[in-house]
Amino acid sequence: MTQFAKDDDSVVVVIGSGAGGGTLANELCQKGVKVVLLEAGARQTPATFINDEWAAFVQLSWLDMRTTSGSWRVATDFPNLPAWICKTVGGSTTHWAGASLRIQEDEFKARTTYGDIEGANLLDWPIGLADLEPFYDRAEDKMGVTRTHDIPGLPGNNNFKVMYAGATKLGYKDCHTGRMAINSRPRDNRGSCLQLGFCFQGCKSGAKWSTLYTEIPAAEATGNLDLRSGSQVLRIEHGDNGKVSSVVYADADGAQHQQKAKVVCVAGNSIETPRLLLNSASSMYPDGLANSSGQVGKNYMRHMTGSVYGVFEEPVNMYRGTTMAGIISDESGNDPDRGFVGGYEMETLSLGIPFMAAFLDPGAWGRDFTEAMDSYPHMAGMWLVGEDMPQESNAVTLHPSDKDAHGLPVPNVHFDDHPNDIAMREHAYKQGSAVYDAAGAKRNYLVPPYPSTHNLGTCRMSADAKDGVCNQFGQTHDIDNLFISDGSQFTTGAAENPTLTIVTLAIRQAEYIADQMSKQAV
Amino acid sequence: MSQTGFDRRGFLKTSGGMIFGTLAASSGALALLAPSRTWALELETMDAETGAAVLRVTRYIFPHDTLDDAVYALVVKDLDAEGAETVELLTTGVASLNEAAGGAWMDLPPEKQFALVAAMESTPFFQKIRGKSVVSLYNNELAFAHFGYPGESFSKGGYLHRGFDDLSWLPQPPESASPKAM
Repeated sequence: MTQFAKDDDSVVVVIGSGAGGGTLANELCQKGVKVVLLEAGARQTPATFINDEWAAFVQLSWLDMRTTSGSWRVATDFPNLPAWICKTVGGSTTHWAGASLRIQEDEFKARTTYGDIEGANLLDWPIGLADLEPFYDRAEDKMGVTRTHDIPGLPGNNNFKVMYAGATKLGYKDCHTGRMAINSRPRDNRGSCLQLGFCFQGCKSGAKWSTLYTEIPAAEATGNLDLRSGSQVLRIEHGDNGKVSSVVYADADGAQHQQKAKVVCVAGNSIETPRLLLNSASSMYPDGLANSSGQVGKNYMRHMTGSVYGVFEEPVNMYRGTTMAGIISDESGNDPDRGFVGGYEMETLSLGIPFMAAFLDPGAWGRDFTEAMDSYPHMAGMWLVGEDMPQESNAVTLHPSDKDAHGLPVPNVHFDDHPNDIAMREHAYKQGSAVYDAAGAKRNYLVPPYPSTHNLGTCRMSADAKDGVCNQFGQTHDIDNLFISDGSQFTTGAAENPTLTIVTLAIRQAEYIADQMSKQAV
Repeated sequence: MSQTGFDRRGFLKTSGGMIFGTLAASSGALALLAPSRTWALELETMDAETGAAVLRVTRYIFPHDTLDDAVYALVVKDLDAEGAETVELLTTGVASLNEAAGGAWMDLPPEKQFALVAAMESTPFFQKIRGKSVVSLYNNELAFAHFGYPGESFSKGGYLHRGFDDLSWLPQPPESASPKAM
């Protein structure tokens, strides 16, 4: 395996190996750029993934101490687990469901499209769909997204059949088995989906795209990648000229190392990325790196979410097959007549018995709860995911007293729903229930949001440096050789699952970084 | 030192109780998995009376009428394994139930037993049992069999050839929405 010297100041250091960091590292390596990829978690393989919800959760999740505040229910039910994301090579691409949707043109212009929404810190993205289309195309090809590039859709499972029957009876027109980064036929040296039903636990067949077994080995094969797993970055350092110059990280044994860098790209997901910038404060940057706007950690978004589980007379056995097996997109547009701006998607979802118990109604007990659990084989499930409003007060901040194992402040995640989020969720619950009622449901369970899987916006891109942290390429406004390379860049959340856009931005960012390096501009 | 360790283990061994049960005839799938109809749980720290009471309390918190005591006993086992602090909390909690019952809580009729448990909803005793149960009770193969969830699927090749799309009580979606499996 390639190893670069710790005092080699010509390397690009990428922090985090998920959708953003893993893709960026590979794209740079393919262009001949030397990359040190620092990943806090350990390296698994499809063979070591576990078809067991709790065991896989412990194996893959980011479980370091975090705190929560605000009126969201997660702060009560899971006070130290604001997010259900991963600490492992491949990041949350090990855990994601695979839904790969492009952001819509109107959504890139959220401030223009929705107008001035009280309490929302809305802003248009500095880029539009036309800027990203060629890169979306490359991302879809790379990830093998079904219903693109002549790749057929996946076959629908039982859970999808229920959704489809209800959707069509209700008059919805746009319902199918989705655009999924899961092989419907062998592609890219990976087999096709075996319908295991454990997408969230790491795909043991490798049919689902993850940087763990696509981007990262491809990067390693170039000889330009030095992947260091078990390496948690503690701070980013800079020189007298204000440019970043090195990172300090702790290895799995807690020993600290310094790695010099020409460019640093942060892709730690939207909680750790701002935390790292804030923890890297110095006398030159007393409010943290790249924070002259004061927006680092602010505008934390998590998507409007919720779930509906319908119970039917006949069995469904929703656990069989892909977790996210189909989608209804009819509600994804902006139609303020519904009582809110923005839109939402309806996507099938299934949980096993262990996680159904944990998430159905956290804190509940008694006959209502057990009656729901007893109806498990007769349940169909869907997840509702839509755009939430950016609010400056929803923020990742450093805890004033709680420290992690390295003595650094842990992150606190504060979140309150915006009235628009609440109105959208109520509408989505009503429509989700209507879908299942149309398919003959005996009753429906409205399930509250899980710990956040889509964490976005805490280092957002903006045209004007005073409104955000980075520019349209993820390059921070304040420091030319410091980049944001994950979902933290999102100016607004849009309705779509974010991974495809994160990968798309990483491909585009790699072109920009390589170009800037060749011009000696960074 | 090793002698001390041995003594401590010996002490713990004899300090814990034992609870027993017999699988109900109606246990169905569970009976197929079990090597024998009788079961016994050896407790490390908890006494038998507390163990039996905690098992009963768990039944009131998550009442599945046809789920066998053997599965609820797994919750007691996991609580016992947490050690002295948890066991003390539970022992004290059971004593509170007995005090409220004016005698042995276990001897009360079911409605009264339930009422006294429900009255403790906000206590650490209740919440400890609820919090442990919501994981332990639903995260074992006996429970999986009861609820009709098979768990692990990779070793069986997933569901591609084992019914992932066998639902036949609704119309089949068209191939444009749901292509055939390759």
